[in-house]
Amino acid sequence: MNIVPVSYYLVLSAILFGLGIIAFVFKRNIITIFMAIELMLNAVNLAFVAFARAHNQLDGLVFVFFVIVVAAAEAAVGLAIVITVYQNRQTLNIDRINMLKF
Amino acid sequence: MSLPFLVFFFCAAIAIAGALTLILAKEPIHSALALVLVMIALAVLYLMLGAEFIAAVQIIVYAGAIMVLFVFVIMLLNAGSEERTDWSTIAKYAGLPLGIFLLLEIAHWMSRSAIGREVANGSLATSSSVDTAEMSRMLFNQYVFPFEATSVLILIAILGALVLAKRDDQ
Repeated sequence: MNIVPVSYYLVLSAILFGLGIIAFVFKRNIITIFMAIELMLNAVNLAFVAFARAHNQLDGLVFVFFVIVVAAAEAAVGLAIVITVYQNRQTLNIDRINMLKF
Repeated sequence: MSLPFLVFFFCAAIAIAGALTLILAKEPIHSALALVLVMIALAVLYLMLGAEFIAAVQIIVYAGAIMVLFVFVIMLLNAGSEERTDWSTIAKYAGLPLGIFLLLEIAHWMSRSAIGREVANGSLATSSSVDTAEMSRMLFNQYVFPFEATSVLILIAILGALVLAKRDDQ
């Protein structure tokens, strides 16, 4: 069943990670920037699973599990911060949130 | 070209298209839905790699819980179309070339590295049915302390989210 070389998965992971970095740098909306971080985490997860399969060691899958848990916690806290920022500034544009304190 | 290759390239194309849509979409809600598409495509790839449990968690937790949270916040804050502010001229001219350069660089070195070559030439394990049982055994023996630590992490995250999002009226 599994005849696709693992290097294909790694290249796809690298492409997705690069696109995540590009989105992180290019996007101006703070929520979209946050989504770019999630995209990068997903790309890393794909590399983890591919390596776990290649070396036939399941530690990689356990790590992916932990990455997903941490990503969920991070999303909860991060979006709470986004809501707080929006309540204080009435904007989501990252260029207008360039000061820690007025 | 056999079926696994077709499935792989199909899912890879969907994932890359979704990531590009995330970048190019003006509305945050379109970006969020594109990201859901990427996650579902990745879940199919996890299935192909024999990680059924991770694929299920990917759909349930990522595409289900986390992205619903994102969409919820986008709707709550009524985030409309993204306004363009071009304040940095360096970013305007150097950003795209450097980003593409970084993309190619990572892809090149990951495909050329020794571990990548070894993986590409080596044979792949095919057993997949015992993986979930073996993985859970590992999770509750070898990794039981990090597993318990994540429960504390989630508790702290819940408290932090509550404290941050609470509107202090007094």
